[in-house]
Amino acid sequence: MFDSELFLEALPVLLKAFVEVTLVVTVLGSLLAAVLGLVWAIALRELPAAIGRPLRWVLDFIRMTPLPVHLLVVYYAFTQISPKTVGILVIGIHYSTYMAESYRSGIDSIRSGQWEAATALSLPRSRTWRAVILPQAIRNTLPSLGNWAIAMFKDTPFLIFISVPEMVTAARVFGGRNFSYIEAMTVAGLLFLLASYPTAVLMQKLEKKLAY
Amino acid sequence: MSEFFTDLGTALPRLVEEGLRDTLLSFLGGAVLMVLVAVLLGLATHQGPIWLRGISRAIVEFFRGTSLVVQLFFLFYALPTLTGVDLGSMWTAILALGLNYGAYGAEVVRGSLAAVPKGQWETATALSMPWATKIRRIIWPQAWALMLPGFNNLLVMLVKGTAVVGLVLLNDLTFESEQVRREVGTWPAFLAALIIYFLIALVVSGVLRVLERRAQRRLGLGDFGSQKERRTDDETDDAAPAHAGVA
Repeated sequence: MFDSELFLEALPVLLKAFVEVTLVVTVLGSLLAAVLGLVWAIALRELPAAIGRPLRWVLDFIRMTPLPVHLLVVYYAFTQISPKTVGILVIGIHYSTYMAESYRSGIDSIRSGQWEAATALSLPRSRTWRAVILPQAIRNTLPSLGNWAIAMFKDTPFLIFISVPEMVTAARVFGGRNFSYIEAMTVAGLLFLLASYPTAVLMQKLEKKLAY
Repeated sequence: MSEFFTDLGTALPRLVEEGLRDTLLSFLGGAVLMVLVAVLLGLATHQGPIWLRGISRAIVEFFRGTSLVVQLFFLFYALPTLTGVDLGSMWTAILALGLNYGAYGAEVVRGSLAAVPKGQWETATALSMPWATKIRRIIWPQAWALMLPGFNNLLVMLVKGTAVVGLVLLNDLTFESEQVRREVGTWPAFLAALIIYFLIALVVSGVLRVLERRAQRRLGLGDFGSQKERRTDDETDDAAPAHAGVA
């Protein structure tokens, strides 16, 4: 039934895929999403409605449609980009639409007195953002961004759609070669659990610590 | 440009005809199982005796912590060898989706139960209502109104989650759009799929909003309450995963 030798054999193979692809995509994708999400959130507040509203529609459309289809369309439309880069870009953009919402609620939670005080001191708009609003808003947003990064981590197996050799793809290949999927899939599940659960607990602690 | 729209016009009906069925079936099955799992696990984590709380907590963390695709493959490849039961593609997909999103839903249910004011619990106990009556008549109607926004977000996530069922050999929208791509090209084929997914998500979200308003009206919260709810709901559109603690 469950072959422990096969389990031990699968472990290093999957760990390699985990470090080389899953982690790289998660880290770079999260960074991209965090930066883009902030850009969207500020743009939606600052841009005139003529541009802001279409941007809002586009972001909502991306947010409400499935990631695998986004991966496929970019993969086929831009064949000159490597699949792994496609993965990082698409996952990053997809999650930036979620993170934009997190930033937005963080920015909305800043009391209007802060904006008024900045205006009264005639701070330039850019400095108001940089020195007054964002430091407070991002503090509120940080745990939520962390949770999105964990969600992204668990969505990296979607890369199987564009044949990037991430961990679950590796597990499937390993299982097919040895005519037994249980061991490799157990390893994959365990690695996900071991990596995401402690991070999630950490995020909850951070949330409590950062709360005013 | 006009050629693009002709291609889109060819792709849309073909996807509806060939891919919609499996997507909708796995969504509906997944949604029913999700609500069932969420209510059972949510009640168990909030109301159960300590040992049951521990077990259900572990189940919730297990399904939230391991990825959906891993669960899908495990049920599809490993379960038949382990137990000798072959569920077939559709039931495998429904089971994986329902358990995974149900675990997130359990957190929504638990959070909503915890958000029902303490006085309500205490009053019901003071009137020495049996547990089942207390939950059914006093707590649940209030918790239900609170959990609907969370379920709304989760169901939209579930619509998007069905895109993976092609991996267990169902002919869903995503799979079919890859087939149609060969005839009409990349953009029309996938854009057609995205439009259909988007419409499904809009309908689901709309239905849940109607349910939410109805639940609030029944609590006597009326239009003021629903307006306020709706506004806060819009502001935290993705409150579900945040709500659920760990997305």
